[in-house]
Amino acid sequence: MRWRFLARRLAMLVASLLVATFVIFGALFLAPGNPVAALSGGRSLPASSLRVLEKRYHLNQPFFAQYWYWLDNALHGNLGISITLRENVTTLIGSRIWTTAGLVLYASVIILILGISLGVLAGLRPGILDTSVLVTSAISAAIPSFVAAIVLIALFAVKLRWFPALGNGTDLISNIQHLTLPAFALALSSLAIVARVTRSAIREEADREHVQTAISRGIPGRQLIRRHILRNAAIPITTVSGITIASLIAVAAVVETAFSLNGLGAYLVASAQNKDLAVVQGISLVLVTAFVVINVIVDLAYAVLDPRVALGSRAT
Amino acid sequence: MSTSVPLVTVQAPAMTRRLRAAGLLRGTGVAGMISAAVIALATVMALIGGLIAPFSPTLPNLALSFVGPTGAHLFGYDYEGRDVLSRLLAGAQSSMLGPLVVVVGALVIGTLLAVIAAWRRGLADAFIGSGLDILFAFPGILLAVLAAAVFGAGLWAAVISLAIAYMPYVARVLRGAALKERSQPYVAALEVQGASATSICLRHIVPNIMPLMVAQATILFGYAMVDLAAVSFLGLGVQPPAANWGVMISENQIGIPQGYPLPALAAGACIVAVVIAFNVLGERLFEQAQGAR
Repeated sequence: MRWRFLARRLAMLVASLLVATFVIFGALFLAPGNPVAALSGGRSLPASSLRVLEKRYHLNQPFFAQYWYWLDNALHGNLGISITLRENVTTLIGSRIWTTAGLVLYASVIILILGISLGVLAGLRPGILDTSVLVTSAISAAIPSFVAAIVLIALFAVKLRWFPALGNGTDLISNIQHLTLPAFALALSSLAIVARVTRSAIREEADREHVQTAISRGIPGRQLIRRHILRNAAIPITTVSGITIASLIAVAAVVETAFSLNGLGAYLVASAQNKDLAVVQGISLVLVTAFVVINVIVDLAYAVLDPRVALGSRAT
Repeated sequence: MSTSVPLVTVQAPAMTRRLRAAGLLRGTGVAGMISAAVIALATVMALIGGLIAPFSPTLPNLALSFVGPTGAHLFGYDYEGRDVLSRLLAGAQSSMLGPLVVVVGALVIGTLLAVIAAWRRGLADAFIGSGLDILFAFPGILLAVLAAAVFGAGLWAAVISLAIAYMPYVARVLRGAALKERSQPYVAALEVQGASATSICLRHIVPNIMPLMVAQATILFGYAMVDLAAVSFLGLGVQPPAANWGVMISENQIGIPQGYPLPALAAGACIVAVVIAFNVLGERLFEQAQGAR
């Protein structure tokens, strides 16, 4: 049964990616304007050059043939050429992908460590701590990343001068320094959501009968929390952490723009403004793939943690 | 009834229990009313804000760039020397109307698909379900950026992309609720009496899942507001000099390194206040919708 679940999920992954590539490629087709004009930069070309261009980019062939050429190239790591920089899109992505990956990873670590520990603390200790976590998280969950970004810049970069405000660093230490404020801006609202879900999961498990039984059997506190409460609460916590972390991939574009980071997201936005469609397609493809793959990993983790899922997958 | 809660809504009863456990139900009542008041205020701003703005929201006066608050100008001037309060009032319209259209669009299409899937079951359900799963592959903001790249920057391309991106979330939750209605004896009774599928769906099933639809719409409004403001912040949504809260944050960002963050923060505060209000009210409505089941 578990293998069937895995197979079904992987089939969905491939289907999602195929549809995503179709949408991303189809978008170019919907774009108003002549692709040849975009390639020539608006200059009028002699008919012979036009024919060369049409042949090179397969412009005279039907839609599906063009889609196939594009997909085949993309699978071989060739995402076309940026019309503004006249460089390989793959190279342009390669030089920026680590900023985005570092930012999302940094934010994920913050979300997991702070979000889960705040949620666990609030869940286990009703009272002032609990109430303050609830209220703070309700407010933080509503703060968009770009608002968090300007507040953090105004406070920690301009007023206190603890961190640099904009741009990337030059070595590892300064890179981490430059990524700290962006990572917190990116993490804030997800952190609040993870803390809230963790808190309610802990609270719910702590109220359940098997925990009451364990308490009456005299099982020591630490073991009780780890083996009887956290083990079961891990299921909703994994799901919400996974979903929020996957969503960071898209929101990173906003944070990178706010902090002028040289990442994929900021480049995607700049390319969308310049109508550099090959770059937009390439980056969208990378981001959608990452998003879908993370979601599948979350689903699989969920199935491993909760055996009921794999068994019931056909019923739902 | 409470034993057959479908998998997708599994969080909502937990939320109810949590709030009861913490004794916050009464507190949520007050918070709910305050939230409703904030939403009402923002709606009034959206409707007549442009008319009651004391100064021109778009006429620049560079001599007054980033001048602080005075008696007649409560929030001072922005980077082009325009009155910040007037711009906030005028900007409410696009900041509120955009999310409204996103939510209505996502809700109408999502409900339609959910009810069809629940009514037909079998193949139609499986087909719609897989289609929705595939749509989940697109994060809303990414789709909006893609649309802006293809069709050019503007509010409406972003609104349509977000409505498409949010639709699966609506459909998934409502499908569970509609499926439960579908299996009720009264639906079978109506079928026996010869009522048409359309009339049963429109006059019985949809009204019965309405509370859940309203709760969903309220929560989605907050998300839509954040995402649309983000798109405008990125320069791909509402275009300056038109007033919009997201645009105001982006254009006044240059004041922050100069030590004058007030105009950007004021616009940010408007967004945060409205989003908190929609989140709190939405949670409360969700809880009621689940409690009524």
